[in-house]
Amino acid sequence: MNDIKIKNLWKEYGDNIVLENINLDVKAGEFVTLVGASGCGKTTFLKMLLGTEQPTRGELLLNGKPIPSEPGADRGIVFQKYSVFSHLNVVENVMLGEEFKESPILGRCFGKKRQAIRERAVALLEKVGLDHALTKYPSELSGGMQQRLAIAQALIKQPQILLLDEPFGALDPGIRSDMHELILDIWRETNITIFMITHDLSEGFSLGTQLLVFDKQRHDPDQPNRYGASITYDIPVGRSRKQSISDIQEKLTTQQVKQND
Amino acid sequence: MKRIINQRPGILGKCILGLLPFIVIGLVYFYFSNERLAINPNDKLMPSFQSFVNAISYMAFEPNKRTGEYLLWADTAASLQRLGLGVAISALIGLVVGIMIGIIPLVRAGIAPVITIISLVPPLAILPILFIIFGLGELSKVMLIVLGITPFLIRDVQLRVMALPNEIIIKAQTLGANSWQLILRVVLPQVLPKLIDAVRLSLGSAWLFLIAAEAISSTEGLGYRIFLVRRYMSMDIILPYVVWITLLAFLMDFLLRRLSKSVFPWHSTDQGEGK
Repeated sequence: MNDIKIKNLWKEYGDNIVLENINLDVKAGEFVTLVGASGCGKTTFLKMLLGTEQPTRGELLLNGKPIPSEPGADRGIVFQKYSVFSHLNVVENVMLGEEFKESPILGRCFGKKRQAIRERAVALLEKVGLDHALTKYPSELSGGMQQRLAIAQALIKQPQILLLDEPFGALDPGIRSDMHELILDIWRETNITIFMITHDLSEGFSLGTQLLVFDKQRHDPDQPNRYGASITYDIPVGRSRKQSISDIQEKLTTQQVKQND
Repeated sequence: MKRIINQRPGILGKCILGLLPFIVIGLVYFYFSNERLAINPNDKLMPSFQSFVNAISYMAFEPNKRTGEYLLWADTAASLQRLGLGVAISALIGLVVGIMIGIIPLVRAGIAPVITIISLVPPLAILPILFIIFGLGELSKVMLIVLGITPFLIRDVQLRVMALPNEIIIKAQTLGANSWQLILRVVLPQVLPKLIDAVRLSLGSAWLFLIAAEAISSTEGLGYRIFLVRRYMSMDIILPYVVWITLLAFLMDFLLRRLSKSVFPWHSTDQGEGK
């Protein structure tokens, strides 16, 4: 079904090679976590799944077909910030996706239709724990609540894939662990495929079922852009041992030191 | 003693400090006015307080002998109608064209250069052309305001649209929005409060163009009256008119700001104001 297959994928901006020779299989329903040093192409990779960037070479297939070259309702996204609409209140933010579908001209529903959509939205907001703040505007919410809202907003479209770009990066540690539970609950209930970028390796291990490490294998100190990053580890996390964490951690830090020189 | 950069006035202090310059200006004016009138009682340059009262009551509260109109109110109505019409048309064009240029790259490539060039044409320089095309009636005056402020409004709205975080545009697409829905439900409401800000900024220019057009060709209006009585050096009418125009401009700005706050309550907190 919704498998993702990537073959010999390259991404270049002119002379600057960002990703080289990516090969990957992801089965539907996996929780994929992406880690790696900053500037190593994780976000570019996510953008290609999203459709705002296109591969320079190679294939990026969803269900055997190339991923559309623009964002669509089958792939939801939560950014680190600006994920919600500041001019709509909480429940309107979640309703918006359904209103787009039901009302092509006005993008806005009335009467019974609106009521039905509202009920669905409220049910989702209950699930993410925001049902007490239905009529608040995003600027009145804390960072964690805004991210809960962004997740509920994406889920109402029932996307096949949910892309998370460091969604919890700006949150306090306590709130982060709450968010981890929330996202795991949602993942178990919906059987959605999740791609999540994180800076936190232990977060990547504890949440994911498949951990991807992006790293440059070859490095030319005179021409840092000559070689791109590729996936150096593709670990089925459920079966991995604790030792791999420190392995990778070490590899990444030495890599970063090299880059900083 | 705190540093002076850290000393803030209280509410009363703010009022007193704010009123002080007005009081000083008034006192200075009437001091010199008295001095001049003591030398020459017929001096017209700096009329006394009494002549202002007479002139205002003549213009505002007595019907004109020839037309039977109350001149100040007739002038105000005529000017405000032109100004309101001109600003409303400009705002509408600015909003529609600005959003299209800002969000649709194909439209931007086609129209943005023309708008840039048009915005560089000094509107007053083409006023004669407007008089020739639209005649000397209301239309040419409204058109001058429209031509004068629309390019600014278009470019401002365009920049506001392009400054929207790319995240929300992408997010709307992942929620299944087509281009039209995205403009209607995301871009338009995000930009409307900013349009009001832009209109507030453009009101000054709008008044300038209005008064210029009225001065050149009109039969009524605030600008017309000022330039008419200039021939008789009637400072006792000109100065109250100027104060009245300033007051009207202030009121418009104030009302627009209130409108923005009450219709878009999310905007001020979104900008980090009003906390």
